[in-house]
Amino acid sequence: MIEISLTLNGKKITDTVSDDSLLIDFLRDHRCYSVKRGCETSNCGLCTVLMDDMPVLSCSLLTARANGHTIYTLEGLTEEASEFVGFIADQGADQCGFCNPGFVMNTIALLRTNPDPTDDEIKSFLAGNLCRCSGYEGQLRGIRNFLNSREKNKEA
Amino acid sequence: MVTIDKYVRAKSLEEAYELNVAKGSQIIGGMLWIKMGNNKIKTAIDLCDLGLDKIEEDDEQFSIGAMVSLRDIELNESLNRYTNNAIRNSVKDIVGVQFRNLATVGGSIWGRFGFSDVLTVFLALDSYVELYKGGIIPLSEFANMKRDKDILVRIIVKKTPVKITYSSMRNQRTDFPVITCATSVIDDTYRTVIGARPNKAILITDENRLLADVNESSVKAFSEYVAASSPTGSNLRGSSEYRTHLIKVLTERNIKEMEGIS
Repeated sequence: MIEISLTLNGKKITDTVSDDSLLIDFLRDHRCYSVKRGCETSNCGLCTVLMDDMPVLSCSLLTARANGHTIYTLEGLTEEASEFVGFIADQGADQCGFCNPGFVMNTIALLRTNPDPTDDEIKSFLAGNLCRCSGYEGQLRGIRNFLNSREKNKEA
Repeated sequence: MVTIDKYVRAKSLEEAYELNVAKGSQIIGGMLWIKMGNNKIKTAIDLCDLGLDKIEEDDEQFSIGAMVSLRDIELNESLNRYTNNAIRNSVKDIVGVQFRNLATVGGSIWGRFGFSDVLTVFLALDSYVELYKGGIIPLSEFANMKRDKDILVRIIVKKTPVKITYSSMRNQRTDFPVITCATSVIDDTYRTVIGARPNKAILITDENRLLADVNESSVKAFSEYVAASSPTGSNLRGSSEYRTHLIKVLTERNIKEMEGIS
Protein backbone atom coordinates (compact mmCIF):
# COMPACT_ATOMS: atom_id res chain seq x y z
CA MET A 1 0.00 0.00 0.00
CA ILE A 2 1.14 3.54 -0.77
CA GLU A 3 0.22 6.79 0.88
CA ILE A 4 -0.64 9.42 -1.70
CA SER A 5 -1.61 13.04 -1.58
CA LEU A 6 -3.18 14.92 -4.45
CA THR A 7 -5.51 17.82 -5.12
CA LEU A 8 -8.89 16.68 -6.40
CA ASN A 9 -11.31 19.30 -7.67
CA GLY A 10 -9.59 21.93 -5.55
CA LYS A 11 -9.44 19.90 -2.34
CA LYS A 12 -6.31 18.29 -0.98
CA ILE A 13 -6.78 14.57 -0.36
CA THR A 14 -4.50 12.15 1.43
CA ASP A 15 -5.24 8.45 1.20
CA THR A 16 -3.70 5.01 1.16
CA VAL A 17 -4.05 3.02 -2.05
CA SER A 18 -2.87 -0.33 -3.36
CA ASP A 19 0.25 -0.21 -5.54
CA ASP A 20 -1.77 -1.09 -8.64
CA SER A 21 -4.73 1.17 -7.98
CA LEU A 22 -5.83 2.94 -11.13
CA LEU A 23 -6.79 6.59 -10.93
CA ILE A 24 -10.29 5.89 -12.28
CA ASP A 25 -11.07 3.64 -9.31
CA PHE A 26 -9.58 6.10 -6.84
CA LEU A 27 -11.74 8.89 -8.28
CA ARG A 28 -14.92 6.83 -8.13
CA ASP A 29 -14.07 5.87 -4.56
CA HIS A 30 -14.03 9.62 -3.91
CA ARG A 31 -17.52 10.03 -5.35
CA CYS A 32 -16.52 11.30 -8.79
CA TYR A 33 -19.04 9.17 -10.63
CA SER A 34 -18.77 11.09 -13.91
CA VAL A 35 -15.55 9.13 -14.47
CA LYS A 36 -16.47 5.81 -16.08
CA ARG A 37 -15.02 2.83 -17.89
CA GLY A 38 -16.23 2.46 -21.44
CA CYS A 39 -13.79 0.18 -23.15
CA GLU A 40 -10.96 -1.27 -21.02
CA THR A 41 -8.61 -0.77 -23.99
CA SER A 42 -7.56 2.87 -23.42
CA ASN A 43 -9.52 3.89 -26.51
CA CYS A 44 -12.86 5.46 -25.68
CA GLY A 45 -11.95 8.60 -23.72
CA LEU A 46 -14.86 8.20 -21.32
CA CYS A 47 -12.57 8.24 -18.30
CA THR A 48 -10.89 11.55 -19.30
CA VAL A 49 -9.80 13.78 -16.42
CA LEU A 50 -7.41 16.71 -16.29
CA MET A 51 -4.08 16.14 -14.59
CA ASP A 52 -2.24 19.43 -14.17
CA ASP A 53 -4.64 20.83 -16.82
CA MET A 54 -3.73 18.08 -19.30
CA PRO A 55 -6.37 15.57 -20.46
CA VAL A 56 -5.41 12.00 -19.61
CA LEU A 57 -7.07 8.59 -19.46
CA SER A 58 -7.65 7.85 -15.79
CA CYS A 59 -8.23 4.17 -16.65
CA SER A 60 -4.60 3.89 -17.71
CA LEU A 61 -2.85 5.90 -15.03
CA LEU A 62 -1.68 4.54 -11.71
CA THR A 63 -2.96 6.50 -8.74
CA ALA A 64 0.61 6.34 -7.46
CA ARG A 65 1.81 8.29 -10.47
CA ALA A 66 -0.85 10.95 -9.84
CA ASN A 67 0.65 11.45 -6.37
CA GLY A 68 1.45 15.13 -5.89
CA HIS A 69 -0.54 16.27 -8.92
CA THR A 70 -3.75 18.24 -9.41
CA ILE A 71 -6.72 16.35 -10.78
CA TYR A 72 -10.00 17.75 -12.04
CA THR A 73 -13.06 15.71 -12.96
CA LEU A 74 -16.34 16.99 -14.36
CA GLU A 75 -17.64 17.34 -10.80
CA GLY A 76 -15.13 20.16 -10.27
CA LEU A 77 -15.72 21.89 -13.60
CA THR A 78 -19.50 22.07 -13.89
CA GLU A 79 -19.51 25.86 -14.22
CA GLU A 80 -17.01 25.83 -17.09
CA ALA A 81 -18.87 22.95 -18.74
CA SER A 82 -22.23 24.68 -18.43
CA GLU A 83 -21.08 27.32 -20.91
CA PHE A 84 -21.27 24.89 -23.82
CA VAL A 85 -23.08 21.65 -22.89
CA GLY A 86 -26.47 23.17 -23.66
CA PHE A 87 -25.38 23.82 -27.24
CA ILE A 88 -24.49 20.14 -27.61
CA ALA A 89 -27.78 19.04 -26.03
CA ASP A 90 -29.68 21.34 -28.40
CA GLN A 91 -28.33 19.27 -31.30
CA GLY A 92 -29.60 16.03 -29.76
CA ALA A 93 -25.99 14.90 -29.87
CA ASP A 94 -26.22 12.89 -26.68
CA GLN A 95 -28.61 10.06 -27.27
CA CYS A 96 -27.67 7.68 -24.47
CA GLY A 97 -25.33 10.25 -22.87
CA PHE A 98 -22.80 7.68 -21.68
CA CYS A 99 -19.87 9.27 -23.53
CA ASN A 100 -20.79 12.80 -22.51
CA PRO A 101 -18.51 13.33 -19.46
CA GLY A 102 -15.40 12.35 -21.43
CA PHE A 103 -16.43 14.56 -24.35
CA VAL A 104 -17.06 17.49 -22.04
CA MET A 105 -13.74 17.10 -20.22
CA ASN A 106 -11.78 16.91 -23.44
CA THR A 107 -13.70 19.84 -24.93
CA ILE A 108 -12.73 21.89 -21.87
CA ALA A 109 -9.08 20.91 -22.45
CA LEU A 110 -9.38 21.87 -26.14
CA LEU A 111 -10.95 25.26 -25.51
CA ARG A 112 -8.45 26.14 -22.81
CA THR A 113 -5.51 25.58 -25.16
CA ASN A 114 -7.22 26.65 -28.38
CA PRO A 115 -10.15 29.00 -27.71
CA ASP A 116 -11.06 29.37 -31.39
CA PRO A 117 -10.49 25.99 -33.06
CA THR A 118 -11.34 25.15 -36.66
CA ASP A 119 -13.65 22.21 -37.34
CA ASP A 120 -10.63 20.09 -38.27
CA GLU A 121 -8.90 21.02 -35.00
CA ILE A 122 -12.04 20.08 -33.04
CA LYS A 123 -12.28 16.71 -34.83
CA SER A 124 -8.60 16.07 -34.33
CA PHE A 125 -8.59 16.92 -30.61
CA LEU A 126 -11.76 14.95 -29.89
CA ALA A 127 -10.83 11.92 -32.01
CA GLY A 128 -10.06 9.97 -28.85
CA ASN A 129 -13.63 10.27 -27.56
CA LEU A 130 -15.85 7.57 -28.95
CA CYS A 131 -19.62 7.88 -29.26
CA ARG A 132 -21.58 4.91 -30.51
CA CYS A 133 -24.94 6.67 -30.90
CA SER A 134 -24.63 9.77 -32.92
CA GLY A 135 -21.77 9.84 -35.42
CA TYR A 136 -20.15 12.95 -33.95
CA GLU A 137 -21.82 15.48 -36.21
CA GLY A 138 -24.14 16.64 -33.45
CA GLN A 139 -21.26 17.24 -31.06
CA LEU A 140 -19.36 19.14 -33.75
CA ARG A 141 -22.39 21.31 -34.58
CA GLY A 142 -22.98 21.98 -30.89
CA ILE A 143 -19.41 23.13 -30.27
CA ARG A 144 -19.45 25.19 -33.48
CA ASN A 145 -22.71 26.87 -32.43
CA PHE A 146 -21.22 27.65 -29.01
CA LEU A 147 -18.13 29.21 -30.60
CA ASN A 148 -20.27 31.21 -33.04
CA SER A 149 -22.52 32.49 -30.26
CA ARG A 150 -19.49 33.51 -28.23
CA GLU A 151 -18.17 35.41 -31.22
CA LYS A 152 -21.52 37.16 -31.68
CA ASN A 153 -21.60 38.14 -28.01
CA LYS A 154 -18.10 39.61 -28.37
CA GLU A 155 -19.20 41.68 -31.38
CA ALA A 156 -22.31 42.86 -29.52
CA MET B 1 -5.53 -7.33 -16.21
CA VAL B 2 -2.24 -6.24 -14.70
CA THR B 3 -1.45 -6.62 -11.03
CA ILE B 4 1.45 -4.89 -9.31
CA ASP B 5 2.87 -6.02 -6.00
CA LYS B 6 5.15 -3.05 -5.48
CA TYR B 7 5.37 0.35 -7.17
CA VAL B 8 8.66 2.24 -6.97
CA ARG B 9 9.53 5.69 -8.27
CA ALA B 10 13.22 5.27 -8.99
CA LYS B 11 15.46 8.00 -7.60
CA SER B 12 18.30 7.24 -10.01
CA LEU B 13 18.95 5.22 -13.13
CA GLU B 14 21.21 2.96 -11.08
CA GLU B 15 18.37 2.22 -8.66
CA ALA B 16 16.02 1.58 -11.59
CA TYR B 17 18.55 -0.77 -13.17
CA GLU B 18 19.16 -2.71 -9.96
CA LEU B 19 15.44 -3.15 -9.43
CA ASN B 20 14.86 -4.05 -13.06
CA VAL B 21 17.31 -6.94 -13.17
CA ALA B 22 15.27 -8.82 -10.56
CA LYS B 23 12.82 -11.38 -11.92
CA GLY B 24 9.29 -10.06 -12.25
CA SER B 25 10.34 -6.41 -12.41
CA GLN B 26 9.29 -4.12 -15.20
CA ILE B 27 9.78 -0.50 -16.17
CA ILE B 28 6.29 0.79 -16.84
CA GLY B 29 6.87 3.72 -19.22
CA GLY B 30 3.44 5.20 -19.96
CA MET B 31 1.88 1.85 -19.00
CA LEU B 32 -0.57 1.91 -21.91
CA TRP B 33 0.55 -1.29 -23.58
CA ILE B 34 1.40 -3.09 -20.33
CA LYS B 35 -2.13 -2.45 -19.12
CA MET B 36 -3.55 -4.32 -22.12
CA GLY B 37 -1.90 -7.55 -21.05
CA ASN B 38 -2.43 -10.09 -18.32
CA ASN B 39 0.71 -9.64 -16.28
CA LYS B 40 1.70 -9.99 -12.70
CA ILE B 41 4.42 -7.46 -12.03
CA LYS B 42 6.38 -7.88 -8.84
CA THR B 43 8.05 -4.49 -8.97
CA ALA B 44 6.78 -1.75 -11.27
CA ILE B 45 9.54 0.78 -11.81
CA ASP B 46 8.52 4.33 -12.66
CA LEU B 47 11.10 6.66 -14.23
CA CYS B 48 8.86 9.72 -13.88
CA ASP B 49 11.06 11.48 -11.30
CA LEU B 50 14.31 11.25 -13.29
CA GLY B 51 13.84 14.33 -15.48
CA LEU B 52 13.53 12.22 -18.62
CA ASP B 53 10.42 14.09 -19.78
CA LYS B 54 12.33 16.78 -21.69
CA ILE B 55 13.29 17.35 -25.31
CA GLU B 56 16.70 19.00 -25.38
CA GLU B 57 18.34 20.46 -28.44
CA ASP B 58 21.73 21.83 -29.41
CA ASP B 59 23.41 22.54 -32.76
CA GLU B 60 24.13 18.86 -33.34
CA GLN B 61 21.14 16.90 -32.14
CA PHE B 62 17.80 16.48 -30.42
CA SER B 63 17.87 14.49 -27.22
CA ILE B 64 14.47 13.08 -26.34
CA GLY B 65 14.07 11.66 -22.83
CA ALA B 66 12.45 8.24 -22.55
CA MET B 67 9.53 9.69 -20.58
CA VAL B 68 8.68 12.37 -23.16
CA SER B 69 5.09 11.81 -24.23
CA LEU B 70 3.90 11.23 -27.78
CA ARG B 71 1.94 14.46 -27.43
CA ASP B 72 5.18 16.32 -26.62
CA ILE B 73 6.88 15.20 -29.82
CA GLU B 74 3.70 15.98 -31.75
CA LEU B 75 3.73 19.59 -30.52
CA ASN B 76 7.48 20.28 -30.45
CA GLU B 77 7.95 23.00 -33.06
CA SER B 78 11.68 22.57 -33.56
CA LEU B 79 11.54 18.81 -33.99
CA ASN B 80 8.69 19.15 -36.45
CA ARG B 81 10.40 21.93 -38.37
CA TYR B 82 13.45 19.69 -38.74
CA THR B 83 11.33 16.73 -39.89
CA ASN B 84 8.88 18.70 -42.04
CA ASN B 85 6.10 17.60 -39.65
CA ALA B 86 6.85 13.91 -40.20
CA ILE B 87 7.01 13.35 -36.42
CA ARG B 88 3.64 15.08 -35.96
CA ASN B 89 2.11 13.10 -38.81
CA SER B 90 3.39 9.82 -37.39
CA VAL B 91 1.67 10.19 -34.01
CA LYS B 92 -1.39 12.37 -34.68
CA ASP B 93 -3.72 9.42 -35.27
CA ILE B 94 -2.56 7.30 -32.34
CA VAL B 95 -5.81 6.90 -30.38
CA GLY B 96 -6.42 10.38 -28.98
CA VAL B 97 -4.85 13.36 -27.22
CA GLN B 98 -5.52 11.86 -23.77
CA PHE B 99 -3.73 8.65 -24.75
CA ARG B 100 -0.79 10.51 -26.31
CA ASN B 101 -0.39 12.59 -23.15
CA LEU B 102 0.41 9.35 -21.32
CA ALA B 103 2.18 7.16 -23.88
CA THR B 104 5.93 7.69 -23.86
CA VAL B 105 8.48 7.72 -26.66
CA GLY B 106 10.69 5.44 -24.59
CA GLY B 107 7.92 2.90 -24.17
CA SER B 108 7.14 2.91 -27.89
CA ILE B 109 10.77 2.51 -28.95
CA TRP B 110 11.66 0.02 -26.21
CA GLY B 111 8.72 -2.19 -27.13
CA ARG B 112 9.80 -2.42 -30.77
CA PHE B 113 6.16 -3.13 -31.50
CA GLY B 114 5.15 -4.25 -34.97
CA PHE B 115 2.42 -1.64 -35.13
CA SER B 116 4.64 1.24 -34.04
CA ASP B 117 4.33 4.49 -35.98
CA VAL B 118 7.01 5.88 -33.65
CA LEU B 119 9.65 3.28 -34.43
CA THR B 120 8.91 3.72 -38.14
CA VAL B 121 9.48 7.47 -38.20
CA PHE B 122 12.59 7.46 -36.01
CA LEU B 123 14.20 4.69 -38.09
CA ALA B 124 13.96 6.97 -41.11
CA LEU B 125 16.03 9.62 -39.29
CA ASP B 126 19.66 9.58 -38.19
CA SER B 127 18.61 8.20 -34.80
CA TYR B 128 20.32 6.52 -31.86
CA VAL B 129 19.27 5.21 -28.50
CA GLU B 130 21.11 5.82 -25.26
CA LEU B 131 21.03 2.76 -23.04
CA TYR B 132 22.04 3.00 -19.38
CA LYS B 133 24.53 0.13 -19.63
CA GLY B 134 24.83 -0.33 -23.38
CA GLY B 135 25.71 3.26 -24.27
CA ILE B 136 24.71 4.98 -27.48
CA ILE B 137 23.93 2.72 -30.43
CA PRO B 138 22.13 3.25 -33.75
CA LEU B 139 18.37 2.79 -33.51
CA SER B 140 18.53 0.42 -36.49
CA GLU B 141 20.79 -1.86 -34.42
CA PHE B 142 18.62 -1.53 -31.31
CA ALA B 143 15.48 -2.38 -33.30
CA ASN B 144 16.90 -5.83 -34.02
CA MET B 145 18.20 -6.57 -30.52
CA LYS B 146 16.35 -8.82 -28.13
CA ARG B 147 14.74 -7.18 -25.14
CA ASP B 148 16.98 -7.32 -22.09
CA LYS B 149 17.15 -5.62 -18.71
CA ASP B 150 18.98 -2.49 -19.80
CA ILE B 151 17.21 0.87 -19.56
CA LEU B 152 16.40 3.08 -22.51
CA VAL B 153 17.34 6.57 -21.33
CA ARG B 154 17.03 8.78 -24.39
CA ILE B 155 16.47 8.79 -28.13
CA ILE B 156 18.98 10.94 -29.98
CA VAL B 157 18.27 12.40 -33.41
CA LYS B 158 21.30 13.88 -35.13
CA LYS B 159 20.62 17.03 -37.09
CA THR B 160 21.98 15.50 -40.26
CA PRO B 161 20.31 17.31 -43.18
CA VAL B 162 17.27 15.27 -44.04
CA LYS B 163 14.17 15.31 -46.17
CA ILE B 164 11.44 13.09 -44.77
CA THR B 165 7.78 12.31 -45.32
CA TYR B 166 5.52 10.06 -43.27
CA SER B 167 2.29 8.35 -44.17
CA SER B 168 0.23 5.46 -42.90
CA MET B 169 -2.91 3.61 -43.86
CA ARG B 170 -5.54 3.05 -41.24
CA ASN B 171 -8.90 1.38 -41.73
CA GLN B 172 -10.28 3.99 -39.40
CA ARG B 173 -8.76 7.08 -37.81
CA THR B 174 -7.25 6.27 -34.37
CA ASP B 175 -7.05 2.53 -35.12
CA PHE B 176 -3.78 0.62 -35.36
CA PRO B 177 -2.17 1.14 -38.78
CA VAL B 178 -2.47 -1.40 -41.59
CA ILE B 179 0.88 -0.19 -42.86
CA THR B 180 3.27 2.62 -41.90
CA CYS B 181 5.74 4.23 -44.29
CA ALA B 182 8.44 6.81 -43.67
CA THR B 183 10.65 7.87 -46.56
CA SER B 184 13.73 10.03 -46.20
CA VAL B 185 16.91 11.15 -47.90
CA ILE B 186 20.05 11.27 -45.78
CA ASP B 187 23.49 11.86 -47.30
CA ASP B 188 21.96 11.58 -50.79
CA THR B 189 20.66 8.10 -50.05
CA TYR B 190 16.96 7.35 -50.09
CA ARG B 191 15.59 5.13 -47.39
CA THR B 192 12.11 3.87 -46.66
CA VAL B 193 10.93 2.32 -43.43
CA ILE B 194 7.92 0.03 -43.56
CA GLY B 195 6.13 -0.87 -40.33
CA ALA B 196 2.95 -2.69 -39.31
CA ARG B 197 3.74 -5.32 -41.97
CA PRO B 198 2.34 -6.44 -39.41
CA ASN B 199 5.78 -7.26 -38.06
CA LYS B 200 8.36 -4.80 -36.79
CA ALA B 201 9.46 -1.92 -38.96
CA ILE B 202 12.09 -2.73 -41.57
CA LEU B 203 14.55 -0.27 -43.10
CA ILE B 204 15.15 -0.44 -46.86
CA THR B 205 17.85 1.75 -48.39
CA ASP B 206 18.34 2.51 -52.05
CA GLU B 207 21.56 0.51 -52.28
CA ASN B 208 21.18 0.03 -56.04
CA ARG B 209 20.83 3.79 -56.61
CA LEU B 210 17.49 3.31 -58.36
CA LEU B 211 16.73 6.92 -57.50
CA ALA B 212 19.99 8.38 -58.82
CA ASP B 213 17.74 10.28 -61.19
CA VAL B 214 14.35 10.94 -59.62
CA ASN B 215 11.55 10.68 -62.15
CA GLU B 216 8.24 8.91 -62.60
CA SER B 217 9.74 5.58 -63.66
CA SER B 218 12.59 5.52 -61.10
CA VAL B 219 10.14 6.31 -58.29
CA LYS B 220 7.97 3.41 -59.43
CA ALA B 221 11.00 1.12 -59.66
CA PHE B 222 12.13 2.03 -56.12
CA SER B 223 8.59 1.58 -54.72
CA GLU B 224 8.47 -1.89 -56.24
CA TYR B 225 11.91 -2.66 -54.82
CA VAL B 226 10.76 -1.56 -51.35
CA ALA B 227 7.64 -3.73 -51.62
CA ALA B 228 9.67 -6.74 -52.79
CA SER B 229 12.12 -6.25 -49.88
CA SER B 230 9.43 -5.95 -47.18
CA PRO B 231 7.92 -9.26 -46.11
CA THR B 232 4.26 -8.85 -45.20
CA GLY B 233 1.70 -10.96 -43.40
CA SER B 234 -2.05 -11.05 -42.90
CA ASN B 235 -4.13 -10.26 -39.85
CA LEU B 236 -7.62 -8.94 -39.17
CA ARG B 237 -6.65 -5.45 -40.43
CA GLY B 238 -5.47 -6.48 -43.85
CA SER B 239 -4.06 -9.23 -46.04
CA SER B 240 -0.44 -9.65 -47.01
CA GLU B 241 -1.29 -8.80 -50.63
CA TYR B 242 -3.10 -5.62 -49.60
CA ARG B 243 -0.15 -4.54 -47.47
CA THR B 244 2.30 -5.14 -50.31
CA HIS B 245 0.10 -3.03 -52.58
CA LEU B 246 -0.05 -0.26 -49.97
CA ILE B 247 3.74 -0.26 -49.59
CA LYS B 248 4.12 0.56 -53.28
CA VAL B 249 1.48 3.28 -53.17
CA LEU B 250 2.70 4.99 -49.98
CA THR B 251 6.40 4.83 -50.91
CA GLU B 252 5.63 6.36 -54.30
CA ARG B 253 3.46 9.08 -52.78
CA ASN B 254 6.05 9.88 -50.11
CA ILE B 255 8.87 10.35 -52.63
CA LYS B 256 6.69 12.42 -54.94
CA GLU B 257 5.58 14.63 -52.07
CA MET B 258 9.15 14.99 -50.81
CA GLU B 259 10.52 15.85 -54.25
CA GLY B 260 7.58 17.97 -55.35
CA ILE B 261 6.60 15.68 -58.23
CA SER B 262 2.88 16.06 -58.97
